[in-house]
Amino acid sequence: MAKAAPQSLRKGIEVSISMAEAAMQANVDVVAAYPITPQTHIVEHLSELVADGRLDAEFVPVESEHSAMSACCGSSASGARTYTATSSQGLALMHEILYIASALRLPIVMAVANRALSGPISIWNDHGDIMAERDTGWIQVFVENGQEAYDMTFHAFRVAEDHGVLLPYMINFDGFILSHVIEPIVYWSQELVDQYIGLYEPMLRLDTKNPITMGPVGIPDIYLETRKAHDFVLRESKATIVKAWDEMEKLVGRRYRPIETYKTDGARILLLTMGGVSETAMTAVDALREAGLPVGLVRIRLWRPFPFEELYEAVKDCEVLGVVDRCLSTGGPGGPVASEIKGALYHKDKRPKVVEFIAGIGGRDVRVEDFQDMAKKTLSVADGAPLPPFELVGVRE
Amino acid sequence: MIEPFNVYAARLLPSQELFAQGHRACQGCGPALALRYLLKALGPETIVANATGCMEIISSSWPETAWGVPWIHVAFENAAAVASGVEAGSKALRRKGRIPDKKPTVVAIAGDGGTFDIGLQALSGALERGHDFIYLCYDNEAYMNTGIQRSSGTPFGAATTTSPAGSKSFGQKTWKKDLAAIGVAHHIPYVATASIAYPFDFVEKVKKAAAVEGPALIHVFAPCPTGWRTPSNLTVRLARLAVQTGMFPLYEVENGKYHMSVDLPFLKPLDDYLKPQGRYRHLTKDVIAVLKKGIDQRYNEILEKCEANHE
Repeated sequence: MAKAAPQSLRKGIEVSISMAEAAMQANVDVVAAYPITPQTHIVEHLSELVADGRLDAEFVPVESEHSAMSACCGSSASGARTYTATSSQGLALMHEILYIASALRLPIVMAVANRALSGPISIWNDHGDIMAERDTGWIQVFVENGQEAYDMTFHAFRVAEDHGVLLPYMINFDGFILSHVIEPIVYWSQELVDQYIGLYEPMLRLDTKNPITMGPVGIPDIYLETRKAHDFVLRESKATIVKAWDEMEKLVGRRYRPIETYKTDGARILLLTMGGVSETAMTAVDALREAGLPVGLVRIRLWRPFPFEELYEAVKDCEVLGVVDRCLSTGGPGGPVASEIKGALYHKDKRPKVVEFIAGIGGRDVRVEDFQDMAKKTLSVADGAPLPPFELVGVRE
Repeated sequence: MIEPFNVYAARLLPSQELFAQGHRACQGCGPALALRYLLKALGPETIVANATGCMEIISSSWPETAWGVPWIHVAFENAAAVASGVEAGSKALRRKGRIPDKKPTVVAIAGDGGTFDIGLQALSGALERGHDFIYLCYDNEAYMNTGIQRSSGTPFGAATTTSPAGSKSFGQKTWKKDLAAIGVAHHIPYVATASIAYPFDFVEKVKKAAAVEGPALIHVFAPCPTGWRTPSNLTVRLARLAVQTGMFPLYEVENGKYHMSVDLPFLKPLDDYLKPQGRYRHLTKDVIAVLKKGIDQRYNEILEKCEANHE
């Protein structure tokens, strides 16, 4: 089965470019995109691939991100494999249509270079944009590095287009700190890609031979049931998501799980991260372990559907969990991830305390030392210090 | 000239009803009539992208549908963008041999609010990009679905729930946006105005719009008895009077060349059109005079463009 190695190709390449080339290898039929704030190079490169004849697709240069997602809905409903990419303000402008794309069960794949929302206007990295789209009913995955961003593009099509799923899929990768860096990435051979995702066979499409009505009115008598069905299928998609990762492991040897742990054995406290900062956090954990501190790390890869069981399994034995959010819930409980984690743990008899950090907002650098500091503060709570309120890491008062 | 419709209709239009009866439109609904004619003109090889609005609401209440052609509704302001995607998807799949190489007619449908106001950006984008599709705006001159609020398609002087007549107001203070001219400004191959009172003219225009390569825009006038405060049996008559009084001239613009569709030796008195309508009931002679002047000026501008074309 594992015939990847001889055909794989390792390239030093910008992560955005590799994602565009993954979309090309996935043989997408339509790309509709708009460059609000600086786009990533994904759609620029895709338009070049179309212009050079390397990708046989319709590139629709729409006049807004709202129209980008709308055109993606039309394209996906017509039965075409559909891809787009966006970021921050663009994602916010799509907001309305994101709910509709998922409710229509359209397997659109979208890369989101996570960035701060205005205002003040910022083009830099945090998770403020995506946290506003938490409940849009999409499958949402956060990647940690370029290889994962590239691999996850294939996973996205594989899962989204599965007839037992048929949901749109967002690949979240950190703006700039991932989107614009050059990393060594092992490419899949086209043969492997074709084997893994094949052609998109829509279950239903806008077909004059079999006319269907998509997007009808949901009267009170049926709206609730459609929401229930949507929630059900999104929760149930976890099995397909994990199975598709298992198969990817067999094909290319890389293993992805909904929740990842790092040096958790014997750890009294764990930090919890999501996305590209996880690798910095791992470096911090390494240093603290060398200094003899009982510290480990948990990373969330699968954000929606939320992996409740896997998360609990990963954190149940630690005394205190230090959650590192990349977004501030303004005027609210602190960070959205921490709120979610606390909600997930609340009914458990055995559960860690949760210390909340909000770090790396609007492109503010989060260094190894910052993670070490967060880990030490978390450890001090395990040692009996009072639970502090959420901390905006590095803020100048 | 339209009176013998009953006699000829069966022979000139297909009997197949792709927009089925039994939908939830009000009695005397003009836009529903427009959709019925639209699909008689286009036939079953059609895919519709419908904006939110009266026609979407009344035709698609789950588990029933009035649509005998593939139909998609996404949101209010994006019918043109959704149609862009449908057209692009269908084109890519045909080129790649994934579906039979038979091009469907893609139609975006939206009301005046979904076109003149909130959908204008998406419309402009789709026209500019040159998608091969028809954009049909059914114009009942206000947001009827949400409760008769004014749009930028509401005519001067008309009372709506957000341009009410009062002691200090004569209703809508602004003039109807010139949608056809906006279409023409995109240099698309075909733009036309049409009316549900001239069904054969409308059907011919839809067929022309479907035949051209690239975008086509049809602005069809369709009275709303509920919003206009008119008896439901006057819908067609009022639509005809709108044309005959110069309120809504019928013309087409093929590759930039204007052509008047209905030649009128003289314009009928504007009062004939205004009087039966509750939305104009409050108008004083002075305001009507202003309206008449503006309408005549606009009508003459169209005439001049048509005449310039014939010189």
